[in-house]
Amino acid sequence: MTGAEMVVQALKDNGVKHLFGYPGGAVLPIYDELFQQDDVQHILVRHEQGAGHAAEGYARSTGKAGVMLVTSGPGATNAVTPLQDALMDSIPLVCITGQVPTSLIGSDAFQECDTVGITRPCTKHNWLVKDVNELARILHEAFHVATTGRPGPVVVDIPKDVQFARGTYTPPQTAPRTSYQPKVQGDLEKVKEAVALMATAKRPIIYSGGGVVNSGAEASHLLRELVDLTGFPITSTLMGLGAYPASGKNWLGMLGMHGSYEANMAMHDCDVMVCIGARFDDRITGRLNAFSPNSKKIHIDIDPSSINKNVRADVPILGDVGRVLEDMVRLWRATAKADKKTLYPWWEQIAKWRARDSYAYKHNSDVIMPQYAIQRLYENTKHLDTYITTEVGQHQMWAAQHYGFEKPNRWMTSGGLGTMGYGLPAALGVQIAHPESLVIDIAGDASVQMCIQEMSAALQYNAPIKVFILNNSYMGMVRQWQQLLHGNRLSHSYTEAMPDFVKLAEAYGGHGIRCDKPDELDDAIKEMISVKKAVIFDCRVATLANCFPMIPSGKAHNEMLLPDEATDEAVANAIDAKGRELV
Amino acid sequence: MNAQLQPTGSAYFIAKETEKPETHTLSVLVDNEPGVLARVIGLFSGRGYNIESLTVSETEHEKHLSRITIVTRGTPHVLEQIKHQLERIVPVHRVVDLTVTAQELGTGGALERELALVKVSGTGDARVEALRLADAFRAKVIDANTEHFIFELTGKVSKIEQFIAIMKPLGLVEVCRTGVAAMNRGPQGM
Repeated sequence: MTGAEMVVQALKDNGVKHLFGYPGGAVLPIYDELFQQDDVQHILVRHEQGAGHAAEGYARSTGKAGVMLVTSGPGATNAVTPLQDALMDSIPLVCITGQVPTSLIGSDAFQECDTVGITRPCTKHNWLVKDVNELARILHEAFHVATTGRPGPVVVDIPKDVQFARGTYTPPQTAPRTSYQPKVQGDLEKVKEAVALMATAKRPIIYSGGGVVNSGAEASHLLRELVDLTGFPITSTLMGLGAYPASGKNWLGMLGMHGSYEANMAMHDCDVMVCIGARFDDRITGRLNAFSPNSKKIHIDIDPSSINKNVRADVPILGDVGRVLEDMVRLWRATAKADKKTLYPWWEQIAKWRARDSYAYKHNSDVIMPQYAIQRLYENTKHLDTYITTEVGQHQMWAAQHYGFEKPNRWMTSGGLGTMGYGLPAALGVQIAHPESLVIDIAGDASVQMCIQEMSAALQYNAPIKVFILNNSYMGMVRQWQQLLHGNRLSHSYTEAMPDFVKLAEAYGGHGIRCDKPDELDDAIKEMISVKKAVIFDCRVATLANCFPMIPSGKAHNEMLLPDEATDEAVANAIDAKGRELV
Repeated sequence: MNAQLQPTGSAYFIAKETEKPETHTLSVLVDNEPGVLARVIGLFSGRGYNIESLTVSETEHEKHLSRITIVTRGTPHVLEQIKHQLERIVPVHRVVDLTVTAQELGTGGALERELALVKVSGTGDARVEALRLADAFRAKVIDANTEHFIFELTGKVSKIEQFIAIMKPLGLVEVCRTGVAAMNRGPQGM
């Protein structure tokens, strides 16, 4: 079997149905093999970054590994952004890159780059395959490493001569290497300790994250069971939305910089915090030395380096969230007989915070408020089989605040890296995985232009993605920070020349819709849903709306800036003059 | 965990370290495959950790295992992070903080030795003095003519530092050091 044949065989043996890629000189033998078979479908993107984000969307919405195939040199360097994105958000992504022939490596050959060197810090692991007899083993190992433990991206770099060379193909093994043994089963003694601590809590909170989604459907199910059993309030990170349903009675909304007032206040005032598959990111904690000062913290994570990294855990539990939750639920049933009545005062306090209605905004009958647009989008799509992706910025936060997610794997967003341009190709990947579902990219006018070329790929594969742009002509989040930090000097955050998105959609062969009247919005959204091809929806929203509530820089969870307090003056003075050198 | 300075105009915070930095010696057992050293070093530079000394060699040929000895400096919190970050690297089998293990064993510190080659040139009294001092340090002469010596010296880092300092006025030309090799006392392996 040739190396190129092995690549295709390994894809099949690892259950791959779709891969996203772009051909070039150093991967032509693999493309030749793809041409001669029907089991694996290749999706041709328009830019390698699009291939990566599409594979991420595919992976995030299915729970399987996403696969991308790119050529050497620029193909590989264009893959770097999605690789780092997948690393930060723990997305299983297998990236196969072509490389110049082994004899030319190091000679500055045409389209050569040090792919393993460049991608070493932005992958979980990577390989340069120099011997065709190693290729099958390495490819299987790549899938194993990407999908087990804390998931992440991997790169397999295959020189062109290895693709042509003949060798022996070996099937996948269960535990391919001894040095890589992720610990999945949590220490039962620690779980007991955690359950005992939770049983004594008077002001508990569960803070869950993307790890619950990554752990699989069973983990989300167990999380819901734990919340029901304990009666604890629950909040979640951006990445964890949907693991607990937004309609659930214990749901406080998202936490963090643009999270809800009740979630952040409850985090600040709690006495026991149960962190499940989240990593105390700086957008979550606010000022670290004021972060939840009076609580005992239980931290469940599969990655030992996440524990005690930013916040000291009192009860660290190393293991897969699903397995640990299974033990936790079982032990709670068996031992803890906590009376839910002891939590009543805590819930009363939470109800007072909730009454502040921190996601409120001023309605307007002349212009579409961006929050209103998301709310209408939600109301018109919540009964459908819907997947949401986003770009990065204000629209992303409004989507997280105002769109209710009931199930895991329905929400694809670039959390850790904050990659503008993620949403449109991610929507393509989701639509390929779920051809009958409604897939919407909630976008901003600036972000969407970073990978808008993938509209062409969406049309080619009849992927009826809906790109719902909250168009305010600004890089809204950049502008918001300039208002907060830089004396309202809006340096280069306004886009003076904006394409006509309706014509642009039509130019790609899709359907364009524009709406700028609140009372026409519902009909326009219904039209978008009913069109059976890719749509760009240019939703003209209030240009100067800002995203609140917000934990201003350097402030704690209990110092949120609420929308009714966010006057121009308050915004200008929210952050003191000191130390503007960062960000 | 660490006290913070006053809020900056930023979402990031500058941590003011309240913990004192310590010097620790780590032993890292890895698969000897291409790029493994780059992964370890890249982790240190990428995350802003210090490397004070680095030694690496294959120690178990049939299993293709290499042992990397790293002397690093950081607060206890950072040292814990370094250990966990190293353990995340796929070809890393084990990471042992020898300094912590030695504290647990009650042996004070790990056994640490370094080898140095020291070239000294000179004539007359200085030359005689260099040879006499080398003898006192139990350094071996491994090359010499009438105008120079090359000494081979093993021992603790402090001994080598001291020897080099003494040789400086006696005509020190160049020094080559291996970095620290280390293991713990007692019958147990790492």
